[in-house]
Amino acid sequence: MFQVLCIFIPILAALFMPFFFKKVRSIHTGWFVLIVPLFLVTFYATFVPLISKGETVIAQLDWIPSLGISFVSYLDGLSLLFSLLISGIGALVVLYSIYYLDRTVEQLHNFYIYLLMFMTAMLGVVQSDNMITLYLFWELTSISSFLLIGYWFNRDKSRFGALKSTIITVGGGMLMLGGFVLLSIMGETFSIRELIEQAPELATNDTFVIALILILLGAFTKSAQFPFYIWLPDAMEAPTPVSAYLHSATMVKAGIYLVARFTPIFALSEVWVWLVAGIGLLTLFWGSFFAVKQTDLKGILAFSTVSQLGLIMSLLGVSAIAYHVNGAQDTVFKYAAFAAIFHLINHATFKGSLFMIAGIVDHETGTRDIRKLGGLMGLMPISFTVALIGSFSMAGLPPFNGFLSKEMFLTAMLSVAEFDLFNFTTWGVLFPIIAWIASVFTFIYSFYFVFRTFTGKIKLEALPKKPHEAPVGMLISPVILASLVIAIFFIPNVIADTFVKPAVVAIQPFLYTNPEQVDIHVSAWHGFTPELFMTLGIIVVGLVLFMILAKWQKIYDAFPAKLTLNNLYDFIVYEFSDKWMNRLSKTYMTGSIRGYLSYMFTGIAIIVIGTLFIKDGFKVSFLGASPIRPSQVLLILVLVIGTITTVFAKSRITSIVALGAVGYTVSLFFVMFNAPDLALTQLVIETISVALFLLAFYHLPKFRKAEERTRFRFGRAFVSIAVGVMVTLVALSAHSQKYIESIAQYYKDTVYTLAGGGNIVNVILVDYRGFDTLFEITVLAIAGMAIYGMIKLRMSKKGGKL
Amino acid sequence: MKTNDVILQFTAKIVFFMIFFYAVHIFFAGHYTPGGGFVGGLVTASAIVLLIIAFDIKTVQSIIPINYIYLVAVGLIIAGATAAFSMFMGKPFFTHYFDYFYLPLLGKTSLHTAALFDLGVYLVVVGVTMTIIQTIGEDE
Repeated sequence: MFQVLCIFIPILAALFMPFFFKKVRSIHTGWFVLIVPLFLVTFYATFVPLISKGETVIAQLDWIPSLGISFVSYLDGLSLLFSLLISGIGALVVLYSIYYLDRTVEQLHNFYIYLLMFMTAMLGVVQSDNMITLYLFWELTSISSFLLIGYWFNRDKSRFGALKSTIITVGGGMLMLGGFVLLSIMGETFSIRELIEQAPELATNDTFVIALILILLGAFTKSAQFPFYIWLPDAMEAPTPVSAYLHSATMVKAGIYLVARFTPIFALSEVWVWLVAGIGLLTLFWGSFFAVKQTDLKGILAFSTVSQLGLIMSLLGVSAIAYHVNGAQDTVFKYAAFAAIFHLINHATFKGSLFMIAGIVDHETGTRDIRKLGGLMGLMPISFTVALIGSFSMAGLPPFNGFLSKEMFLTAMLSVAEFDLFNFTTWGVLFPIIAWIASVFTFIYSFYFVFRTFTGKIKLEALPKKPHEAPVGMLISPVILASLVIAIFFIPNVIADTFVKPAVVAIQPFLYTNPEQVDIHVSAWHGFTPELFMTLGIIVVGLVLFMILAKWQKIYDAFPAKLTLNNLYDFIVYEFSDKWMNRLSKTYMTGSIRGYLSYMFTGIAIIVIGTLFIKDGFKVSFLGASPIRPSQVLLILVLVIGTITTVFAKSRITSIVALGAVGYTVSLFFVMFNAPDLALTQLVIETISVALFLLAFYHLPKFRKAEERTRFRFGRAFVSIAVGVMVTLVALSAHSQKYIESIAQYYKDTVYTLAGGGNIVNVILVDYRGFDTLFEITVLAIAGMAIYGMIKLRMSKKGGKL
Repeated sequence: MKTNDVILQFTAKIVFFMIFFYAVHIFFAGHYTPGGGFVGGLVTASAIVLLIIAFDIKTVQSIIPINYIYLVAVGLIIAGATAAFSMFMGKPFFTHYFDYFYLPLLGKTSLHTAALFDLGVYLVVVGVTMTIIQTIGEDE
């Protein structure tokens, strides 16, 4: 119970932050916020001994029990690791933000509310076992990310970035929800644990692959995989603590988490392996390649994040292969899941610190443009050291943790080449090659980032501010992260035993039941293996390419500026959705009533005639038809002539009179068909309505009175004829198939005995079905009132007074 | 300069009563023979319209000083109340009562609550028709 409530602690704490901000002005609100992640990190740390033994802890709070929806806090190796990352890095980021954001200038209460909201959302995502609440928290991360990116909402770029990230991630989230629903229909449960238990049966389902793709789309949009990565560089408009927290360490890893979490369910599928590994690798290469092009510090880091996320994703894809192999081969594939989790931890440490350094550089020099920066080493020695550690780790150099995970990554990729299922014999060779090239670019941009900023000549005149070292408080967090980077290199197996192995068990439950069974030992020195030579190659080629960077950087200009994914996005969102769709709807939403009427009539005619044909409902039978008398023929002739005159008359007054003639003929029909009441009423009503028509005619404005014949339009004639045909067909077939006796006999029998009357029509009106009459006179009263109101209560032309 | 409509006005004075009584007749006859509240109301209204044509709206207003909107309301109330009456007697909405009575002067007479309902209809129809004609006629 308390465990579930812990998810909600940040969002509950957020309720009090405006109070602290408004009432306790002298203390930076961040100090109050800091308590929350600190408490959470200690709370979750208490689970570490238990979880590292392979136990799991679960707590549940019912939300909608009748639908099987509940808030679940399920802690196993994977979710505990993520929870610790979220709360731990959260604490460091809050600490950093205290020095980064000025309490007198910024709207801190907004900032911390969004941040705490995000913390709850993220904890919920990683701990939820129920897919519906997982989706709930998933969208909450999108919303809080939207708010945080748009934190400086008076900047155009912030709003643009916020909108872009939201459209992409929420779009993916919706698709993911579809996948969840499909899964829950297949497995008849919302619980992921229960779905994992029935994974083999699920794979035989028809919709299995659809659910797989939908869920992957959700994960790919969130984790900025190709081609959905485009929102991440634009999200760099957020304050740097946000970029460090959301867009490098936690939120973008939600997709990674999702893929890892669902691996046991989907690993059986070939599509999964190919998509996750392939897209991951593509993203890795793409991100690293374009990172070198960037000139903005945070831009480089954004593309680097994209690329590193691709790396982790591809490792997860390869780890799914372990399901399909056994014997000697599976030992190599076991590395993949291990490497993915290990690199995830490493990435969170070094990328967090690098973002914070980028923030410091921005904060102290006033610019993030790498072309204006340089030579800051002497002025900012601590920042330089941290940046150096982070970059070298990112490049995969010893003695930093990135080296270890890069080696394992190469091991896993090399093993793919040996895998012989699912066409991997033909294409698997590409995996290590692309991975190696991407690693070279990773090396280049890591050096590019740190050396362009901190070495070389200082350009004081280009900088908006005079640079100096950041305050101590701002440096605490990156220094802690950087020390972790080094520490993990020297004690990788402690980290592995405590965090990585339990997480691997969660990803590959089909291989292990206990963390102790994961027989992987990380060592910095593992002999002269192919991986080592690849790393050496990366360093040599990378160094050479970095030295001659200025010479080949021009190749980026060779890429056509118009053919980018960003332009595609702009086209879809602004050109296609906004303009084209608008134009399209304007072609039929013309505002002309004539047009709408023709849609309606055509629609009705098509539907009714179509139904008559499809259902074979048309029938004609003259059984029980009355004989036609000459007088009726005469009347019909009059009626037809009247109708034709109404339609084709040149002047309106002719039409009105012809309409009157039609009305009186109808009244004569009533006489002939023994309906005296109707005849009487029709006569009087026709007289009144013709009088009213004449009145309306008399008051037509003079200048538009020009008598004009109704113009003939083929389309209108066609629609009219179609409607006429439809009504005729329906009337004929309705008359020809009478299945139920009329109830008229009852009225005839009881009109005197029960109702005490003789005129059946009137008795029906006032007695049998007086209810109708009651409301018909109400309709009349309303019509009278409306006419009175329209005429008497006209607003004066200027408006205003009645 | 107004033309002298003496023949029209004289005829209208007589014909008005003929039409009016005809209207009353078809109103009461409605339960057994063609007619009823609706037509009765329309015919009554046409009688008044005849007066309006022969004289003018203001004169007719002073001869028949009725606010027709109130007439509509009264008609609706009578109709609704008749229909609702049976509910107070523990019967469903719109239950009618009828029987034969020996009344002084009239002798054996059939009385029916449906006639009250029809009276409501009659008043509404007269009221609405006259409201429409009067407002349109008075409009500038």
